[in-house]
Amino acid sequence: MILLTENKVKYSWQRPHLIKSKNKRIIIFLLFAAYLIFTFISLRIDPQRILLGLSRSQKYFGDFLKPDFISRWDSIVDGIVESLTMTYIATVFGIIISIPFAFGAAENISPKPVYYVSRAVIVISRSFQEVVIAIFFVVIIGFGPMAGVLTLTFSSIGFLAKLLAEEIEDIDWNQVEAVKATGASWPQLMTYAIFPQILPRFIGLAVYRLDINFRASAVIGVVGAGGIGTTLNAAFDRYEFDSASAILIVMIGIVLLGELFSSFIRKKMK
Amino acid sequence: MEKNNYNWQLKGILRIIKEMIFWAAGIWLFIYCWNIISARTMWPFVYDGAEQAIKLLARMFPPNWPYFIDLLRPIWDTITIATLGTIAAIIFSLFVAFLAAENTSPHPLLRQLALLIIVTSRSVSSLIWAIILVIILGPGVLAGIIAISLRSIGFVSKLLYESIEEIDEDQVEAVKATGASKFSTLIYSVVPQVFPSFVGTAVYRWDINIRESTVVGLVGAGGIGLQLNEAILGLKWPDAVIIFMMILSLVLVSELFSAKIRKNLI
Repeated sequence: MILLTENKVKYSWQRPHLIKSKNKRIIIFLLFAAYLIFTFISLRIDPQRILLGLSRSQKYFGDFLKPDFISRWDSIVDGIVESLTMTYIATVFGIIISIPFAFGAAENISPKPVYYVSRAVIVISRSFQEVVIAIFFVVIIGFGPMAGVLTLTFSSIGFLAKLLAEEIEDIDWNQVEAVKATGASWPQLMTYAIFPQILPRFIGLAVYRLDINFRASAVIGVVGAGGIGTTLNAAFDRYEFDSASAILIVMIGIVLLGELFSSFIRKKMK
Repeated sequence: MEKNNYNWQLKGILRIIKEMIFWAAGIWLFIYCWNIISARTMWPFVYDGAEQAIKLLARMFPPNWPYFIDLLRPIWDTITIATLGTIAAIIFSLFVAFLAAENTSPHPLLRQLALLIIVTSRSVSSLIWAIILVIILGPGVLAGIIAISLRSIGFVSKLLYESIEEIDEDQVEAVKATGASKFSTLIYSVVPQVFPSFVGTAVYRWDINIRESTVVGLVGAGGIGLQLNEAILGLKWPDAVIIFMMILSLVLVSELFSAKIRKNLI
């Protein structure tokens, strides 16, 4: 009988770390800490100004807590109608225009030159925030909701085309070959093999983009491209915080409705 | 033998009629909205648009290349706004998401509060938060950082609490069975399941925040938006085109960076 009392092994289990190699982890951690310290030092924060601002804003923020739906109701309705119509039209245009770009940007079905051109358009559309694009369109075609429609359309193209292209690149090629084997032509191939595979996700993306476009339509009004943003900006400029908070509450309400709508659509898809 | 008349259709007739009604409604709505927008548009300006665009591009060239040096500090500020804003948002989102998820929330009232926070944060865009914060705190980078983080809390918390609600409860039970405390159960059973997607979400939000940080300066919240505002108000288009090029480069570099991080962590 051998008693294994000398070889006592201590077991201690540790969760595996995110970054496996210990040295790499330490280096990344130190670099990150250095970055944070450097950044905090370079932040020029004036505590006095903050305290002054807080005391001033107490005066205004009393108004903020008493939302006033009544005095500016007409402007609010006008702005919301403009925003909603802008959102709908821009999303429809965006969907229509993004489909060819999505097919062009899908590596598995598109020739190289078309691929590169499509990807370039998508990158330009996605890199600039909606407000920057809105400034451009306002300079070119003037103030008003049409600039907003063009802005939202242009920024939707990049978003939808990129995600749709990724979806197309992930399709099950076997289904396409199966349909090809029945002797289908290219349009029939698209309708019966490719579209059915990408349609559910595409509808989800379109509804998501509707939501994003509505929120963006509120913002581009700040530079003059129409929508509830112009009303909101006017309220802030006039220090009418009660109207401003009413507008924000209406906006939040519409986004909530939009969320109900999108979960309804998602249930219908299943 | 009987001849069977099969004509294969992708969808049945009832479904086709439903879809046609749906399409008709959509097209009617489109025409209705188009009329509203068209009534508020100055069409001569729109037709003029292409010509104006060419004139604008002509005014942008030659670009004011030396201006690039003046933009280095604002670009650094922009990156700071995005990074610190995202980090602050991540920290808060952890709390909010755990309160908002059905299976980890301590109390239904707290859950509703967390959901309210998420909806409010999501519905109001960063730029609007920035307007509010510049009024409170004055112009500067701090307003931008807080604005970005207020918006990002909603985004990250929503995705995080949805993934918390989808975890495998068996793992939670297993850890509970070892006698772990409530907090330890969270750490060892919930967190490992949601952590990969959480990191992906955080990096994705940082990427979006880089874009948003470029424009919060337009309302005074620091970053390159301040120079952009100045250039546009002063109609200094050779400066503006340099700013656009810098923004494009910043976004491209940050996309490469975030793609690399996501590849290495997932």
